[in-house]
Amino acid sequence: MTMIDTPMTGPIKGPEGPEHHPDHHPDHAHHASPTPIGFWIYLMSDCIIFGTLFATYAVLGNSFAGGPGPKDLFEPGFVFLETAFLLFSSITFGMGMLRADKGDVDGLLKWLGITAVFGLLFIGMELYEFRHLIHIGAGPDRSAFLSSFFLLVGTHGLHVTFGLVWMATLAAQLKWKGGLNESNTRRLGTLSMFWHFLDLIWIGVFSFVYLVRLV
Amino acid sequence: MKTLLQTVLLAVAAATLSGCKYDVLLPAGWVGAQQRDLLVISTLLMLVVIVPVIFMAVYFPLKYSADREDKSDYEPEFSHSNKLEAIVWGGPIVIIVILGWLTWEYTHKLDPYRPLDVAAEPVEVEAVSLDWKWLFIYPEYGVASVNELAVPEGRPINLRLTSSTVMNTFSVPALGGMIYSMTGMETKLHLIADETGTFAGRSAHYSGPGFSWMTFDTLSMEQGDFDAWVGKVRAEGGDLSRQSYLELEKPTIDEPVHYYASVADGLFDRIRGMCVEDGKACIDQMMMIDEQGGGGLDGIALEPLFEYDHQRAIDGFGNLISSDDLSARNMSDVDDAYLLAMLVSDPDALCRTTPEQN
Amino acid sequence: MATEALHQSPPETWTPLFGRLTWDWIPYHEPILVGTFAAVALGGLAVLILMTYFRLWGPFWRDWVTTIDHKKIGIMYMALGFIMFVRGFADAIMMRAQQAMAAGGAEGYLPPHHFDQVFTAHGVIMIFFVAMAFITGIMNYVMPLQIGARDVAFPFLNNFSFWMTVAGAILVNLSLFVGEFARVGWLAFPPLSGASFSTGPGMDYYLWSLQIAGIGTTLSGINMVATILKMRAPGMRLFDMPIFAWTTLCTNFLIVAAFPVLTATLTMLTLDRYIGTHFFTNDMGGNAMMYVNLIWIWGHPEVYILILPIFGVFSEIVATFSGKPIFGYKTMVWATACIMVLSFVVWLHHFFTMGSGANVNAFFGITTMIIAVPTGVKVFNWIFTMYKGSVRLETPMLWTIGFIVTFTIGGMTGVLLAVPPVDFQLHNTLFLIAHFHNVIIGGVVFGVYAAVSYWWPKAFGFKLDDTWMRRSFWLWFVGFYFAFMPLYALGLMGVTRRMNAYMDTAWQIYFIVAVFGAVLILGGIACGFIGGFVSVKNRKALACGPDPWNARTLDWATQSPVAPYNFPEDVQVTGRDMFWKMKQDGFKWSGHYHDIHMPKSTSSGFVLAVMATIFGFAMIWYIWWLAIVSFLGCVAYGIAHTFNYDRDFYIPAKDVEATEAKDALA
Repeated sequence: MTMIDTPMTGPIKGPEGPEHHPDHHPDHAHHASPTPIGFWIYLMSDCIIFGTLFATYAVLGNSFAGGPGPKDLFEPGFVFLETAFLLFSSITFGMGMLRADKGDVDGLLKWLGITAVFGLLFIGMELYEFRHLIHIGAGPDRSAFLSSFFLLVGTHGLHVTFGLVWMATLAAQLKWKGGLNESNTRRLGTLSMFWHFLDLIWIGVFSFVYLVRLV
Repeated sequence: MKTLLQTVLLAVAAATLSGCKYDVLLPAGWVGAQQRDLLVISTLLMLVVIVPVIFMAVYFPLKYSADREDKSDYEPEFSHSNKLEAIVWGGPIVIIVILGWLTWEYTHKLDPYRPLDVAAEPVEVEAVSLDWKWLFIYPEYGVASVNELAVPEGRPINLRLTSSTVMNTFSVPALGGMIYSMTGMETKLHLIADETGTFAGRSAHYSGPGFSWMTFDTLSMEQGDFDAWVGKVRAEGGDLSRQSYLELEKPTIDEPVHYYASVADGLFDRIRGMCVEDGKACIDQMMMIDEQGGGGLDGIALEPLFEYDHQRAIDGFGNLISSDDLSARNMSDVDDAYLLAMLVSDPDALCRTTPEQN
Repeated sequence: MATEALHQSPPETWTPLFGRLTWDWIPYHEPILVGTFAAVALGGLAVLILMTYFRLWGPFWRDWVTTIDHKKIGIMYMALGFIMFVRGFADAIMMRAQQAMAAGGAEGYLPPHHFDQVFTAHGVIMIFFVAMAFITGIMNYVMPLQIGARDVAFPFLNNFSFWMTVAGAILVNLSLFVGEFARVGWLAFPPLSGASFSTGPGMDYYLWSLQIAGIGTTLSGINMVATILKMRAPGMRLFDMPIFAWTTLCTNFLIVAAFPVLTATLTMLTLDRYIGTHFFTNDMGGNAMMYVNLIWIWGHPEVYILILPIFGVFSEIVATFSGKPIFGYKTMVWATACIMVLSFVVWLHHFFTMGSGANVNAFFGITTMIIAVPTGVKVFNWIFTMYKGSVRLETPMLWTIGFIVTFTIGGMTGVLLAVPPVDFQLHNTLFLIAHFHNVIIGGVVFGVYAAVSYWWPKAFGFKLDDTWMRRSFWLWFVGFYFAFMPLYALGLMGVTRRMNAYMDTAWQIYFIVAVFGAVLILGGIACGFIGGFVSVKNRKALACGPDPWNARTLDWATQSPVAPYNFPEDVQVTGRDMFWKMKQDGFKWSGHYHDIHMPKSTSSGFVLAVMATIFGFAMIWYIWWLAIVSFLGCVAYGIAHTFNYDRDFYIPAKDVEATEAKDALA
């Protein structure tokens, strides 16, 4: 079979688009896959969603409606640990990528597993914090400040959750669907971008929502 | 044929002009007149470009039609000309620079928040958009009217506006521009009537089922007549207490004009503060607490003090849903003052005392 | 006092199985809705029977529903646009009729509860499901052809985006017969649209349909940007692209940058309504003004999202029919880019009357006027393209001239509204309504008709019937002025928008003239549809070759209708107006074809959109179990889809050869 591959022939996208699943096209030596740039554009649009939520938090962050403020609610140590988990998960993901570069699927899977554990710890702590706040009556319906806090942090949390689902899916595909073939490699690349992006957003959340408000 | 044409033209002219009040073009007050002038100047300024553009848009395709006899002027590769580009960018830029300068000047001059430079003593009016009617309070006279705004001719009208539930726009086109009225907030508008007469006013921002009937007449009258009007309001009107305000605030459609001979002290500020009913903290108090970092964990229980919207929920036809009749509550000024004092001085004390009040 | 509680919404109840959906929410007591439902049901039934009779289900599923071909998806977007256009126009006629009747105490035939839904639906449908569908359709069809690509960057995503848009449209239409639609105006300002003042499912229909369709729009924007950046034919630099491809690029940048703001804003409003947060409430620190700002930070770029591709359409048409390259190509590109950037710094002009200070108002007024400069430049460029040209007044060109004249007037009134003190008087009046219909009808709608009559031969291989399309143009053109000039006049009298009834009978004659205009427009729409049918009937006589207009851009180098692979071989692009160059060099394909690598059709996009529709419906009616099931279904199906690695195939060279040979005589 003749293979002609030009920039005109496009590979195919995953179902929910770039944000949820990487591309997986048994591709043949595409010198210009649009996936990385497509995923970048998606990340930029996601960035604008977070930008809107940060702006909302900036506007509403002092509207306590006579209720509790950040100093009453946030535990610096707790948030610090939570942050550390997520940052570690980025490092472990990076370790996995190093393995992937060497073509070591098992090593990659091991590091992905560790990343997922850190991610789960992060999500677990966030859920615990939310549960606690709602439990004491400081839920998202108590004040505009709490509404914007829950939305900003919760949206990030949802992204991390989706990243974990994606990670599990990709792990299964790496294991049973051809290892580090070209499309799985590309998916891994986009997931890596996604995961580091979430890290970056969290640094914003951590500084802007927690750190600044506690000082 | 000619007479027919004349008749048609006359009919059109009659239809366009007779009986119709081009309030924006023929306003009855200084503010509106200035805005009209700006409208006219801007239009003329833009016509300098618009007319040639429209002319060329129609003339060129005809002149350069593919069917024309002499096609010697057809230049199939002509697509750039520095001279034309300069005109193309320069023309609009010049117009926009002039227009921009006008805009800057007039926007400052006609800022709705800016008091008018008129020697006459202004009359203060506090306007509240309710569902679906207007309440006008005259703090200097201690009277109020619903769906009727009377103003003395030649005196500036200083309006403060707020709203009971949703956003509305106060609009009397014969006098000049409009401004939104919003719940929990105060906006300002300065107008003047330079002629006597009755001018249509209304809410110009869609606000729910009764919106179309949220109209009022603006009666501009000479000072003597205005005084007489105030007298009439005093004679005919009832009492606008906090309780009767809460009765008035309930949603109604096509409310008839009626008057209040007296108005509870500071009612407008309470409406704006969303604290007319008993047991509510005013928005200013809330903001004061928030500025100090909020009410702390103890403040969580203060929630009922600040709730407002839910008790005013309506269904799709404008009927109140809540069975909690706010106006039927027993108003106790003493409790209320106590509450406010507590809020200001010591938020923590408030949350300890509130439960005992109920 | 004066309220007669004649009508009440159905009581709020909730059952686990059906949520808050009860028989009371089925509007069988509304004759208009029952009639509409009967018509829709009968029409739908007829279509079902005919499709079954002619055994069209298989081809429909294989060739259309599951297609990932950008051309077919483009055509489906256009079909969706026209269907929703009929709905939106029916709303318009209803409003016009009501306002023509309800003067001086007369009530008309639509009570506020219904009328308010009609004007909300009209706005929402016309912007999100008509104008957006049209421009997405045109971009989908034309842009890949113009840049010499075989498809968009992410073909599956394209199919998914389309079906998500359809899902949103279905939810909007469902609200006609199950429950009600929102009564808030098309941008749904809180607190009116919040939990307390818009009870019932109407507002939730609004939110979920826009959210679901919005996902489609955002993904489609990402897709098209990636397509233009990565899929251009070999040798094609950005500055070799046709103007339409440029406007598509800028529009999709705007989509990618603006729609996330809409998503976030509507999410906040949804949370306010569903879990009692306080983003936009009056109490507990909420801030409704923030919504107004956020929605217009999306809303103003949205206006340019709609008009930029249309500017591109006219640029192509005017160059083709003037027999000249577009005048001032680079100026045109920079003007488009300027508009793209400036569109993000003007949003506040939509609410000068909210009481921002004079400095803020003046700033936003002046930035708005500055946009008039690049726009004016564009208009001049079109005019100077005709200058010294050889202008053929074919139908697309008629629309173009109609557009320049009409749009210029609309632009002028737009600049008037950008002057804050003038806006204080004209804000929310019918002058504003006349203005934006002036630019949207004069711009987008005329542009869509122009685009359809221009590219129709490319899509189907035959021209549209000239007589009927000219009738359509003249009825539209004249009808527009009859319908909207009276509204300008009413605006100058200070008449407000969205009124269900009014007392001043002197206004009535203007509303009646406007109805007359609307009827002319109806005639224009009818002529357009008749023209379509007549053309299909006479398609043999109207058949034309691949390049019926003697056009200049690569899209016309393909067959008509375009073969699935678009181009049988790569085009080496060496400059602007490439097809024109190729023709002058005696254009011919080499005849030595290779196998062509193509993506496979898939039903995943459709299935996911069906589940999204069910999810939306379940959320609207608080049917939590169904919402959970359909959401998990979406996630599971999406994951399962990623396990399918068999997504492409090759069209053998001999098939390509056969396809190309078939069309050789044309």
